[in-house]
Amino acid sequence: MALKILVTAKRVEDSESKIRVNAQGTGIVTEGLRYKLNPFDEIAIEEALRLVAKHGGEVVAVSVGSKDVHEQLRQALAMGASRAIWVNQVGPLDQLAIARCLAKIAEKEKPDLAILGKQSIDGDQGQVGPYLAEMLDWPQATFASKEDSLESQAEKSKTPALQLSTDGKEITVVREVDGGLQTIACTLPAVVTTELRLNLPRYASLPGIMKAKSKTIEEFTPATLGVDATPAITLLKVAAPPERKAGIKVPDVAALVDKLRNEAKVI
Amino acid sequence: MGNVLVVVEANPDGSLRKATLNALGAAGAIVKRTGGQIHAVVVAVDARPLAQAVAPYAVSVVYTASGPSFEHGLAEGVTPAVVAAVRAAKADFVVGAATAFGRDVLPRVAGKLQAAMASEVLSIEGTGSDFTFTKPLWAGAVIGTVKLSSPIVVLSVRPTEFQAPAAGSAGEIRELQLEAPAPMRTRFLDFKQVLSTRPSLTEARVVVSGGRGTKGDFQPIEALADALGAAIGASRAVCDAGWQPNDLQVGQTGKVVAPQLYIAVGISGAIQHVAGMKGSKTIVAINKDPDAPIFTVADYGLVGDLFTLIPELTAAIEASK
Ligand SMILES: Cc1cc2nc3c(=O)[nH]c(=O)nc-3n(C[C@H](O)[C@H](O)[C@H](O)COP(=O)(O)OP(=O)(O)OC[C@H]3O[C@@H](n4cnc5c(N)ncnc54)[C@H](O)[C@@H]3O)c2cc1C
Ligand SMILES: Nc1ncnc2c1ncn2[C@@H]1O[C@H](COP(=O)(O)O)[C@@H](O)[C@H]1O
Repeated sequence: MALKILVTAKRVEDSESKIRVNAQGTGIVTEGLRYKLNPFDEIAIEEALRLVAKHGGEVVAVSVGSKDVHEQLRQALAMGASRAIWVNQVGPLDQLAIARCLAKIAEKEKPDLAILGKQSIDGDQGQVGPYLAEMLDWPQATFASKEDSLESQAEKSKTPALQLSTDGKEITVVREVDGGLQTIACTLPAVVTTELRLNLPRYASLPGIMKAKSKTIEEFTPATLGVDATPAITLLKVAAPPERKAGIKVPDVAALVDKLRNEAKVI
Repeated sequence: MGNVLVVVEANPDGSLRKATLNALGAAGAIVKRTGGQIHAVVVAVDARPLAQAVAPYAVSVVYTASGPSFEHGLAEGVTPAVVAAVRAAKADFVVGAATAFGRDVLPRVAGKLQAAMASEVLSIEGTGSDFTFTKPLWAGAVIGTVKLSSPIVVLSVRPTEFQAPAAGSAGEIRELQLEAPAPMRTRFLDFKQVLSTRPSLTEARVVVSGGRGTKGDFQPIEALADALGAAIGASRAVCDAGWQPNDLQVGQTGKVVAPQLYIAVGISGAIQHVAGMKGSKTIVAINKDPDAPIFTVADYGLVGDLFTLIPELTAAIEASK
């Protein structure tokens, strides 16, 4: 029951970086920033690798962006993906254009499953997964998680959280929704997006990194895919968030209760 | 023209979810400038009761779609009905709350409409018919102003940022004429609801949140929450460890809350956590590290061991009741 799984590898600023508005208010200061694989995509790749380890098959990583995204594709390959696809596009991109590119790749590759992150940590949009599912007319299971915690035995043994049915036609997904955990099954092919609690992604091993060097990265552009990548979203400006007024430290519980009662009037 | 369609959401018990009213507030800010109407769509097994519940909130028409394929609000089933309502309402804007349901369904609807979308919208800006929207970027480290240029645009809005409209006279309820639904390829299997007698995290007046500093012992936090009639929240570290249900995570990738009082206990104050609680009216931080970043967003900070301070605080609040 070999599975072919498409995963995404978006390049984003390291979540540990200090993000600041640039002098013109048109974007962020990029000097000195470090870049990483989007954390949700790392989880997507990990889950795909676990599924393939259990059921056989291959993992194909895709990224849309400038040549810089090779770094993230190499990481996906070093983690264990077999091949990578680069959609070469310099300049602004929006989620619609990215999803259209991914849809074209999916039509070519015909995977059984596409696993994406639930959101990119730069734009905080959370759109590409459902966009892609609708464009392909596939079912979707967003916010994939699991009942076991990340410190559980199930996690330590690296079993996939996504359950493939014995006939290989359906995938069962536990979703984090408001108010609890929902379990659904989607007929393949399907789109799944990952939550943080789906798994703990592996680090690329040294042999993995060496092996990745000889793996291929196939190149497309939106034009060669037949996609109009003109963005329908324009970022006009960025600003620092409103600052909260600096607070005070109180010496003890009595002082805190007094402030909450008589100053803030919230208890 | 310039009509807005609001996608209505139900609570697990079928009642109207409050966040929908906040989305209606955002819709109000739009039609004030377009001169258009607010329409709403309810997609449910039996949509009528929910339609009646939402009709009084400045809605001109509530479209209903009822049927078994709409059970559990699965995106694959709900999307075609919402899109049919967009057409019926001649809507240029589709608005919903940035809840798990909205974050699942709205981008799929946008995909069907080939529409650009802004997620987690904080405010509606621009002048006249020139609309721009602000939204958090990089976990709210900066706020972006975006313009969407597709013919129809889709917005998921942060419920905490928009006021619910007042109820008035009820709008009209109209049943959508839908084509026979395509066979569903998504099957609902189970819902494990986190049952709690406490107020809901996103709607509570007071939230007490615990972090890794609790080492998994939430007993003191629960006692404090009991004394205050508060909801309980948590940091990601706590949910990842399985100490509290995932549903209680506050932050960039969890719930966004804006209570009157937020008490952060043993939470360091990472930007991803702060992103979910910065809008609270009053913030209290209790942490043994005087340099913890949480103190930079707190109105009142108390430095010390939570295992002595929290029981003391609980006792003080109980005593003064
Ligand atoms: C993509 C991404 C998304 C994320 N999304 C979220 C999110 O939505 N929500 C979220 O919360 N985090 C999120 N995080 C994680 C975030 O970066 C932090 O790691 C997390 O918030 C830390 O949790 P914490 O403050 O409980 O733990 P820690 O950072 O370990 O802090 C524990 C604190 O407890 C204090 N302490 C310890 N013992 C005591 C004691 N006895 N008494 C008093 N104080 C004590 C310590 O001084 C310390 O400040 C995200 C991270 C990433 C990369
Ligand atoms: N440029 C990109 N290249 C590849 N995948 C992407 C890209 N942008 C977004 N994605 C995928 O879509 C998910 C959701 O992104 P977003 O809708 O931008 O929040 C991410 O976690 C990625 O898996």
